[in-house]
Amino acid sequence: MPRLRNLHMTLRYQDDLRLFRSRYARAAVLALLVGGVLFPLSFKSEFWLSVLDYAGIAAIGAIGLNLLTGYTGQVSLGHAFFIGVGAYCAVFFGGHHHVNLLIWLGAAAVIGGLIGGLVGPFALRLRGSYLAIVSLGLVFLGLHVFRNWTQLTGGPGGTSVAPPLKLGPLDFTKLQIGNQVYSRNQSFFLLIWAIVGLTALVSKNIVRSRPGRAMQAIRDRDVAAEVVGVRLARYKIGAFVVSSALAAVAGALFGAYQQFVQPDNWSLFVSIQYIAIIIVGGIGSIYGSVLGALFVGAVPQLVDRYSKSIPFVAKTAVGSSGFHLSVFQLNQIIFGALIVLFLVLEPRGLAAVWQRLKTYLRAWPFSY
Amino acid sequence: MTNFLQLCFAGLALGALYALVALGFVVIYKSTGVINFAQGGLVILGAYLTYNAHHTWGLPFYLAVPVAMAICALVGAATERVVLRRMVGQPPFAVIMVTIGLLFILEQAVTSIWGFNQLDLGDPWGIKKVTVGGLNLAQKDLWTIVLAAAALAAFFVFFRYSRMGVAMRATAFDQEAAVAQGISARRVFAVSWAIAAAVATIAGVMLAAGGGGLHSDLDIIALLAFPAIILGGLDSPGGAIVGGIIIGITQNLTAGYQGTGANHYLGFLGGGFSSVMPYVVMIVILMVRPYGLFGTREVRRI
Repeated sequence: MPRLRNLHMTLRYQDDLRLFRSRYARAAVLALLVGGVLFPLSFKSEFWLSVLDYAGIAAIGAIGLNLLTGYTGQVSLGHAFFIGVGAYCAVFFGGHHHVNLLIWLGAAAVIGGLIGGLVGPFALRLRGSYLAIVSLGLVFLGLHVFRNWTQLTGGPGGTSVAPPLKLGPLDFTKLQIGNQVYSRNQSFFLLIWAIVGLTALVSKNIVRSRPGRAMQAIRDRDVAAEVVGVRLARYKIGAFVVSSALAAVAGALFGAYQQFVQPDNWSLFVSIQYIAIIIVGGIGSIYGSVLGALFVGAVPQLVDRYSKSIPFVAKTAVGSSGFHLSVFQLNQIIFGALIVLFLVLEPRGLAAVWQRLKTYLRAWPFSY
Repeated sequence: MTNFLQLCFAGLALGALYALVALGFVVIYKSTGVINFAQGGLVILGAYLTYNAHHTWGLPFYLAVPVAMAICALVGAATERVVLRRMVGQPPFAVIMVTIGLLFILEQAVTSIWGFNQLDLGDPWGIKKVTVGGLNLAQKDLWTIVLAAAALAAFFVFFRYSRMGVAMRATAFDQEAAVAQGISARRVFAVSWAIAAAVATIAGVMLAAGGGGLHSDLDIIALLAFPAIILGGLDSPGGAIVGGIIIGITQNLTAGYQGTGANHYLGFLGGGFSSVMPYVVMIVILMVRPYGLFGTREVRRI
């Protein structure tokens, strides 16, 4: 067989299992990595850095949700709860006990995973829509606990989060490389996106190997998967564990970055936001989750920034009469419309748009 | 004992309200298989439309409600036609998310038209009370129960005897077979959304009536009605009523007996536990019966 090197065809089983589909993909990822390190060092806009920091945090949680919902097919509206758990782990281990950065992040992952493991068995008993609504209950129960456990969470008023951010010689509040000292946002950018990279690598490895195939089999038809020997309990609960561990890591980073959290940070809206991210990015796609996080994170900020040039939008608080649209309302509407439009017009999200664009460019000037 | 009965009655009224919201969910779920998260949006839309018909157009209250129901039903049917019909055959998860997106749009559309201020619906009941055997019964609560009962009875009659109702049941049972018999599945879908929206209007009006007033947070009721429908079983209208009443009474009793003062038996659960009590009841019952009390078991085949 002639070697069809740069044609992205899946000719053998091994092709499907590879981490990178081609040498170009590998080169692109390497370029992204180098760019990712150099970019914040030269980029000074605190505003956009903070947008990127929040997007990175969301990307970690979204990858977790995509493993559970996109790859295993278990719809969860309870993601916000696990993100909250992670943030309070940062408060407890980092803020109260001042342990090392790696330890409080790890503790958040372990505790998030454990609680996910407790919730997982519900998914064995319930299916589809019933599971979605029970996980909705989880958010409300979680909010109730967070509001009432005042020693840890500070009650509805919230609590400050000040975990140590030093890792050996690296201080992520003001990173110093050589003689250059970087701002808090720049330092956090490196920390957060390093974890995004690590999460993406681990998740990609999960989904391209045996557990990932089992998860996808469960998603496509769980009874059939069970018949061919996939252990449902193991992989469903496993997916919950990994997903909630990642959510907790995202929550811990969110708390550390924002320095202050309150129970309302973990409302149902956050869960919906994460689902929107994976829908917009692409369900069942790791890099789609990252794309979605960037997109959903950046749009409200853009609207906020350029609201003056959008007609019908009032910058001030809303009055009682006449048609009146505040920036907040516009953002909510755009958010709702994004979900509806993507699901109706492009159910596979930005990842599919990107794929089509690539195919188009590769075959240019021929249509296919 | 009076206190207990009083709480039970208020719980029953709350349960009737839940049942009304839940009925809207069930109608849509049964005929189209969609869990409609936008139901809460229809609830507030209906209530604000009633306000608009009553205050802005100057219609008498008892005429304003049916007018609002009709407009809301049109909006519901239009939503089905424009958005949901494109989602036929998509995975349930995607359909749920579309309705969540619709909820966001409806919610903000309502607040941008009518504003955030609390409005007075101008209902004839106000905070008037009736005293029966030592019990203080709010007129509005009595009306809620009566209206809920009437709406449910009308729905059952319609579902059982009318041509459209039979068509809807057939479609719910087996869509393809129904279409093969000449039933228009499209019309069935549109009608079920219209019915759900009309019922949502009644729920919205009863919610905003009395001392409550009309404000944009009222759609939270739809989230609290979820435990009720899940409890009863997603596809059982009878279950929606039973579930609604169980949840309503449990919630009110929790609130009543948790309170401060002499009888704070449940104080250790934390303030405001009554608002999460429905979810606790729901999870416990689902663990025993995964398809609710009256839901149809899903047949699992490869």
